[in-house]
Amino acid sequence: MTASDHAFAEVPQSWTHRHLLDLERLSADDITLLLDTAAAFKQATNGCRTKLTALAGSTVVNLFFESSTRTKTSFALAARRLGADVVDFSAAGSSLSKGESFIDTAKNLEAMGVDAVVVRHQTPGTPHLLTEHLGVGVINAGDGPHEHPTQGLLDIFSIREQLGSLEGLTVGLVGDIAHSRTARSNLWGLTKLGAKVILCGPPTLVSQRWQELGVEVSHDLDTILPRCHVLNLLRIQFERQNTPPFPSVREYAHLYAMDKRRLRRARSDLVILAPGPINRGVEVTADVADCPQSLILNQVTNGLAVRMAALWLTCGPRAGEPTPSSQPAGASA
Amino acid sequence: MPSLLIRGGRIVDPSQSLDATGDVLIRDGRVVAIGAAAVSESDAAGADEVIDAEGMIITPGLVDMHVHLREPGREEDETIETGAAAAIAGGFTSVACIPNTEPPIDTQGAVEFIHQKAARADACNVFVVACVSRDRAGKELAEIGQLVEAGAVAFTDDGSPVYDAELMRRAFEYCRMFDKPILAHEEVLELSHGGVMHEGLVSLALGLPGMPAAAEEVMIGRDIALAEVTGGRLHVMHLSTAGGVALVRRAKAQGIAVTAEATPHHFTLTDECLRQFDSNYKMSPPLRTAADVEAILDGLVDGTIDCIATDHAPHAIEKKMLELDRAPFGILGLETAVGLSITRLIVPGRLDWPRLVDAMSTLPSRILGIDRGTLAVGAVGDVTIIDPNLTWEVDASTFRSKSVNSPFHGWQLTGRAVATIVGGRVKFRLHEAAAAS
Repeated sequence: MTASDHAFAEVPQSWTHRHLLDLERLSADDITLLLDTAAAFKQATNGCRTKLTALAGSTVVNLFFESSTRTKTSFALAARRLGADVVDFSAAGSSLSKGESFIDTAKNLEAMGVDAVVVRHQTPGTPHLLTEHLGVGVINAGDGPHEHPTQGLLDIFSIREQLGSLEGLTVGLVGDIAHSRTARSNLWGLTKLGAKVILCGPPTLVSQRWQELGVEVSHDLDTILPRCHVLNLLRIQFERQNTPPFPSVREYAHLYAMDKRRLRRARSDLVILAPGPINRGVEVTADVADCPQSLILNQVTNGLAVRMAALWLTCGPRAGEPTPSSQPAGASA
Repeated sequence: MPSLLIRGGRIVDPSQSLDATGDVLIRDGRVVAIGAAAVSESDAAGADEVIDAEGMIITPGLVDMHVHLREPGREEDETIETGAAAAIAGGFTSVACIPNTEPPIDTQGAVEFIHQKAARADACNVFVVACVSRDRAGKELAEIGQLVEAGAVAFTDDGSPVYDAELMRRAFEYCRMFDKPILAHEEVLELSHGGVMHEGLVSLALGLPGMPAAAEEVMIGRDIALAEVTGGRLHVMHLSTAGGVALVRRAKAQGIAVTAEATPHHFTLTDECLRQFDSNYKMSPPLRTAADVEAILDGLVDGTIDCIATDHAPHAIEKKMLELDRAPFGILGLETAVGLSITRLIVPGRLDWPRLVDAMSTLPSRILGIDRGTLAVGAVGDVTIIDPNLTWEVDASTFRSKSVNSPFHGWQLTGRAVATIVGGRVKFRLHEAAAAS
């Protein structure tokens, strides 16, 4: 064990959760603890490049019922950076295609002795249902359009790293709010930490009803642009639409794409985020995606730090509880 | 056939404006005497069986006009036998079964099958609601005249709306000849497509696809217009939205032949329940908002909503133990309806007993045109005896139904049927059932 590992000997007692399911039900203190833990991991691993042994002996399963490349890779790398073993499980070619229920699938994986389940599923609430059937920690890696807590955290982490604090900032979330789990996790996390959120997009993708939660709704990007410290550009999820939410991509890009012309009207210190995968030319033009204000690639690095924090807090050793590696072989969880 | 004397209970029979303490004597399956001092001492002494109903409510047998018995085709969810057993355990002497079975009930043979299975189960009366359209496909009328001859009491394609407006118009026109109502599942499918819950603030926060109130209201509006133009009888099933209640209220004021039902879950639960992601809260129409619940309650109070029906919709546990979007719509109703109605309507003083019995017995009988819902002398001896003060905990593991998809498991309720009498024969007694288990 290295010196930096000693900082991660035990999960802080102020963290009382077994799972990371959504940001809606976390407190501002919980979210701050997650962000601070992520910052500590980022520092201890030289920017997420070196390995620790904080979760040595633990096994994390990536249970992905929906396709993913960056989130799955990010969780796998984060687990390995902490010394854990990682097992990948994807729905294609599994027993699910033979009719097995997702609960049975997860129970089988649990019986193989995993310590945490990272789950992505196309249906909201599925990670929450898993916690009722499994005895191990569950991390939501995206449940349909509901939440994607680690994405929300890494966006907020990136903003905090760049601008110091969230308090008093105005953050515009632009695009397909209706189908975006990233938007929901950002909305809860940002407002809890004192930022003001503006949801912006066409009425078919941004319901007026959001105002009932105390956030501002706008259908005019050019009007809100000068007030925003941060813009988070969300992808249009064409795959989730019953009927097209706008007449054409051309018309959408005309109204909402972040381009050089709009950039000139924004604050000079505007921070631009995009959760990816980005559709260049739809929600953001290529020149803006690659401009100095864009944190898109920082987000990817910070994703590792945030996921290390999530894994650590979910399945790291707690005071008075046996660690996975201290249990005799074959002991049941 | 033996005689049965029910003594000293509060008889609530809105069909004859009766609300008084007294006795009911049933002989040869029919009511022969009812009321205070109506039963002579010699008759009382000669009764083969006596039930002491002191402190109890005696009502004409309760009628649930919206029950999915699943047989034939989905016997893993429910059978006519288990559904009928659930009915009598819940205090219902009659149920009307909905024809979205596999195959659907759209032939005389299918109606006879239900009648025979119900006779063999020998629990409650089972009245058959048959399909409006052949194979419930919404393309052409089923043989409605033949189905009436076989005993069908009403027509519906429930599970689905009758989507073709012209077919619905024809159905209204044609059913006039037999004076049969069309029970309508009101839903514009394009608006609710893919939805799993009410579209509102909760669905927005949870990212779950919503079913807007307008999907129900647009179709109610269409069917009211068609009922008006044809003179047909429209019965709106499982009314769930404030806007729908307003539409029905206005149509009734205009003299259009429209009636409506509401379910216990729609006057008890809201879309907030979906925050638990429990598929037992998934049904169609979905649980709506608190404002809609209030509108349903108001509709029951002022009579806009005629009756309470359960939309009892059993699903085997493995079907419900799925992700919310894959789990089927439906909730059990038969064994919790009386307790929920008393707890939600009588205890807070929203409805009085005569109105509740009207809603659960007399009016559904009248809508279906069946000779039930009354304890008048000469009527069939279907009686429900209710303990209005009994507090009990819902335990899904004790249900007679084959399924357990009830979100009310663990709820404390007030009021329960303690005896269910069908045709003068005691089919269910709570205390015997409790002693046996």
